[in-house]
Amino acid sequence: MDKLTIERVSKGFYKHNALTEVSFGVKEKSIFGLLGPNGAGKTTLIRIINQIISADNGEIRLSGELLRPNHIEKIGYLPEERGLYKKMKVGEQAIYLAQLKGMSKADAIQQLKSWFIKFDIIDWWDKKVEELSKGMAQKIQFIITVVHEPDLLILDEPFSGFDPINTNLIKKEILALRDRGATVILSTHNMGSVEEICDEIVLIDQSEIILEGKVDELRTRFKPHEYEITFNGSILGFTNAMWTNFELVDKAKQNGTIKARVKLLNDKTLNDLLKIAIAHVDVLEVKEVLPSMNDIFISAIEEKKHKKEAIKP
Amino acid sequence: MNKTLLIIKREYLSRVRKKSFIIMTILGPILIAGFISLAIYLGLSDDSIQNIVVIDQSKMVTNDFEDSDKIKFFYTNKNLSDSAFENSAYNLMMIVNEHIVENNKAVLYYKKYPSISVQSYINDQLNNSLEKIKLKMHDIDSKVYLDIRTAINIGVFDIKDVEEESRKTELAGVGFFFAIIIYMFILLYAVQVMRGVMEEKTTRIVEVLVSSVKPFQLMMGKIVGIAMVGLTQFLLWIVLTFALITAFQSMIFTDPLAPEIIAQQQMTPELQQELLTPQQSSAGEMLDLLDRINFPLMIGMFLFYFLGGFLLYSALFAAVGAAVDSESETQQFVMPLTIPLVFGFIIGEFAILNPDGASVVWFSIIPFTSPVVMMIRLANGFTPDTVWQLYLSIALLIAGFVFTTWIASKIYRIGILMYGNKVNYKELWKWLRHG
Repeated sequence: MDKLTIERVSKGFYKHNALTEVSFGVKEKSIFGLLGPNGAGKTTLIRIINQIISADNGEIRLSGELLRPNHIEKIGYLPEERGLYKKMKVGEQAIYLAQLKGMSKADAIQQLKSWFIKFDIIDWWDKKVEELSKGMAQKIQFIITVVHEPDLLILDEPFSGFDPINTNLIKKEILALRDRGATVILSTHNMGSVEEICDEIVLIDQSEIILEGKVDELRTRFKPHEYEITFNGSILGFTNAMWTNFELVDKAKQNGTIKARVKLLNDKTLNDLLKIAIAHVDVLEVKEVLPSMNDIFISAIEEKKHKKEAIKP
Repeated sequence: MNKTLLIIKREYLSRVRKKSFIIMTILGPILIAGFISLAIYLGLSDDSIQNIVVIDQSKMVTNDFEDSDKIKFFYTNKNLSDSAFENSAYNLMMIVNEHIVENNKAVLYYKKYPSISVQSYINDQLNNSLEKIKLKMHDIDSKVYLDIRTAINIGVFDIKDVEEESRKTELAGVGFFFAIIIYMFILLYAVQVMRGVMEEKTTRIVEVLVSSVKPFQLMMGKIVGIAMVGLTQFLLWIVLTFALITAFQSMIFTDPLAPEIIAQQQMTPELQQELLTPQQSSAGEMLDLLDRINFPLMIGMFLFYFLGGFLLYSALFAAVGAAVDSESETQQFVMPLTIPLVFGFIIGEFAILNPDGASVVWFSIIPFTSPVVMMIRLANGFTPDTVWQLYLSIALLIAGFVFTTWIASKIYRIGILMYGNKVNYKELWKWLRHG
């Protein structure tokens, strides 16, 4: 069942469309990537889900119910532009923000302390925020976002500002939260992490969805039909053998072995490629090249641009 | 707990616990009480004995002056050089010139500036003795003179209220004191609301906050929280100032003024008249003045206009804080907001002289100026004929802050999430229409 359903949601700001009839569903207990270039309308959509602004048209349902004010206690939101009160003590501030999300004070203290201990930052409890580094503040913001155990987590660029170790820590926590039953919407430009943890994505560009689906399926769908083949032997012989029906996209010598990327042409299969290759060189390894989410992102947006230009007279 | 209450609590506590608040709260009354006490001290109490040498060039006033406990006169015909005076045991030197009868001028030199009461004592002595001399010169009987000497006193009465003498201007002065406090606190604390909103916007915590509470709750929580900070500070000031002044008085004066005044009220008017020195009579008048003010009404209305005026203005200041990105941008919006307040203050000053003037009446009804101007009129009270003006003013102020809050919440809601673009009035108008 879908945790969150977006149905034909539109929003405009004085003659400029931020969202045009956007529809998609987010499966329960999944990690969902909300992708798109800057200014595509992601933040607008996130704000609508958080009921910070309202949509002009369309419906949003959380667990099948139309979105209503007390749903905000079931949502945890980490905005991209985030901050804390500089002059307030960390612990006090975290308690306040947790209470605003509907937690009781005692509950908030108990939960927060256990998170602070887990993240090994309990020493910061009585410090003022202005004494902390940016990364430290980010950690606290993450805790504040998840402390009230929301069913739906909306994280906008959660990894920005973190070093690789802390990025990993946050990644692990996101997966753990998912495993415990939370649904996560991840908005990020970090395509590596999308490949790693997202189950499904939508790609929004200029207020519209231009691509959506499971990450695995998308990567299969956008396969360039290329193989990376590693071998020992004459590169010249290999190149000559590839002359017809194949295209040598790239080649590189590495520690005495050669890596080449070959694209299949004219309905040829991997078997055909291997037959010819074995005849000329010692094949060590073959693997299919899968497109990165980065490639998919760029090609989908470029494709849309071309289409638009084609429509223009 | 209700979320708006949580916000109010945070706004209140975070400010009340600030060092600057505590310092201001303690320092304010010390300064006020200090100034008042210093003024009283300089004006009235001077324990040292003043020896005054009178250089009587006219040879008319020698041995004419009466000594008091602390003021002793010594007479000479010879001039004393400046340095001789400085080295002498005399504190003061008065030169009475030859033509004193014609020019009525004398000069007093001091080593240490004498208190006002010493000066006025000397002045009275010289005055009396010159009058006596002049009476003799013109051959007028002093009894006749005393009979002729007149201090006219015109009683001003409202025809609808002939029981009591009118003291409108003095009463308005008392009201003006309350008006100043309202004016000061609105300016001080409305700016704090603006700063608070800007802080939340620039630190970007606001997006986290509005995902938990409605922008309107956030704005109102801040405004109410800060209003309570203002009231707290005000109450603390009053309590501390009174405590300090009382403490100062008991330190400086051996016999406080208060018991005398109470005693006077029990005497017959004639006896009172005779006994009252000018100073004491002004204290008595002050008491009579304060007696005429309906204090429960005055204080109730003070609280109402204080809060009403604050809500009216601070909502607009909150909107400004939400619209801009930095302190420097606030200028163009803050100016138009402070103008009506300053204008009300100026009208208030006029109102002291003419509390029933037509413009004063209107500005005490219009919400933007009423919190200041109405205070002055309230001190004079209302008659059944004019009390509708008070009711109208109250109703309009309530309507006024509901209206400004409504306007402000629209701007606020959009403004707090807008970054990077410089806002002008045209932009604000768009927000209002689309918000």
